[in-house]
Amino acid sequence: MAALLEIRNLSKSFGGVAANVDISFDVAPGEILGLLGPNGAGKTSLFNSISGEVTPDVGEILLEGRRISGLGPVACAMAGIARTFQVVRSFDSMSVRENVMVGAFTRLGSTRAAMAQADETMEFCGLTRRADAPAHMLSPAEKRRLEVARALATGPKILLLDEMLTGLTPTEAQEGVALVRAVQARGITILMVEHVMEVVLPLVSRAIVLNLGRVLTIGTPAEIVKHPEVIRAYLGDRYAAG
Amino acid sequence: MQNAITLRRRRELITAAILLVLLIVLPLPFHDPYTRNLMILTLLYAALAQSWNILGGTCGQISLGHSLYFGVGAYVSTLLFVWHGVPPWFGMLAAAAVAGLLALLVGWPCFRLSGHYYAIATVVVQEIAYLLFLNWDYIGGASGVYVPFHGQSWMNLQFRTAKLPYFYVMLGFFALTWIAAWLIEGSRWGFSWRAVKDDVIAARSLGVRVFPSKMAAAAISGGLTGVGGAIFAQFVGYIDPDSILSGPLSILIALPAVLGGVGTLWGPLLGAVVLIPLRELSSTFLGSSGSGVDLMLYGALIMVVALMRPQGLVSLFQRGRNGSAS
Repeated sequence: MAALLEIRNLSKSFGGVAANVDISFDVAPGEILGLLGPNGAGKTSLFNSISGEVTPDVGEILLEGRRISGLGPVACAMAGIARTFQVVRSFDSMSVRENVMVGAFTRLGSTRAAMAQADETMEFCGLTRRADAPAHMLSPAEKRRLEVARALATGPKILLLDEMLTGLTPTEAQEGVALVRAVQARGITILMVEHVMEVVLPLVSRAIVLNLGRVLTIGTPAEIVKHPEVIRAYLGDRYAAG
Repeated sequence: MQNAITLRRRRELITAAILLVLLIVLPLPFHDPYTRNLMILTLLYAALAQSWNILGGTCGQISLGHSLYFGVGAYVSTLLFVWHGVPPWFGMLAAAAVAGLLALLVGWPCFRLSGHYYAIATVVVQEIAYLLFLNWDYIGGASGVYVPFHGQSWMNLQFRTAKLPYFYVMLGFFALTWIAAWLIEGSRWGFSWRAVKDDVIAARSLGVRVFPSKMAAAAISGGLTGVGGAIFAQFVGYIDPDSILSGPLSILIALPAVLGGVGTLWGPLLGAVVLIPLRELSSTFLGSSGSGVDLMLYGALIMVVALMRPQGLVSLFQRGRNGSAS
């Protein structure tokens, strides 16, 4: 099956610091692909390239064969890329429903249609109970859910989740995992950044490990945990004897 | 479909309808010109603040140079009337168009600045325009333009001594700005603009076109402010840069919205109802010209509101805020 998203030889540096170096991989339609790596590995930077927030220095990004790199975040959103943010960015002067409606307006012109879309998405994400609460009153876990709901309301082909499960209690993380599976069941492809391996590995079909801006390895969860380079990157040389 | 948003919007409309009826009969018991004058000015500033609020409140772009659009609107309509006898009703349309275009022209470079830098840029542009108009003899320069009296008529929007017609014209102007704000609030534009105000990066990631959003908000805000200038010129019969294109006026346009509640539907009216009579009283009892007492009064009011009610006076009337909304 043709890849949904293709990253081709992508490099990006910020003033002499190479955040991403020659990164290439494909995301298959319908899969959950994990993006792993220690702090500073270049995960969020890669996300910013894919969502159009920054333009790669070298290389290109294709969505369904069409080049999207360098087009900017608005064009990427219209093309079908939606994202959440590592540090939550809710619209704090609005209610939860209004936040999700902003997402729904990406593809809808009428307020009535956007409301219906927002209601449906909030129901799906378990936010209906909080629909009329001001966004700034939500708990951290609910804010993460709101980010997912807002992104889903745009009607994306691929959803980029930036550390959606980090910093949650075990119960909240379990609920988050269930939500991710439910999104996949809707046929939406997911690329998720996490640095907590034990949370993300049971969830993904494949994972990519970045280290110091480069792709360390790509493989199934079973392959990843046995890979000596991965162990070295996470735990240091002493443990990498294998 | 019925939810908190649709219910709130219906409530707003009903409140507006009741208020409109009250405002229509309000001036009838008061026959002295002073009181009616005060009501007219209050409505004028409420409407100007409502226009300002579309850009400053909804879209979050704080303009401190809005007297530019007011002044230019007044000049466009007045000069059309004086030179070519164009009735001010058409002058208003021209004023709206020119002021709106001017807002786009100002926005083109200035919206590349964010936050405080944008606010400063608007002050600078307005001050440049002020000096330009002050020295532009072709359109009257510092001595301004007198609006000749062409006989009492609705067509020319001129009335010998009657204040009531102006009151209703101002009421109509305020209603226009309120309806514009209400319609925007419920539309895709309103949602996009508020998203821009709250978080630009998140807005962009959801497909909101940030720069065009700011431009559209500026054009509508500037255009409506220009209409106010056109009406004001007919009302006072004389315009000059000091009275309609000045820095203090820019502050006075923004102030009712800030006082009443930035980005709220009722803040501008509430703010004007408090501020404008207070200003008139202070100038009556303390002397108006150049004393600066009125400026001290504005400063004190802003401090009190910022300390006690940062969301503006309108928050005094709101129930169920802060999370308990259901």
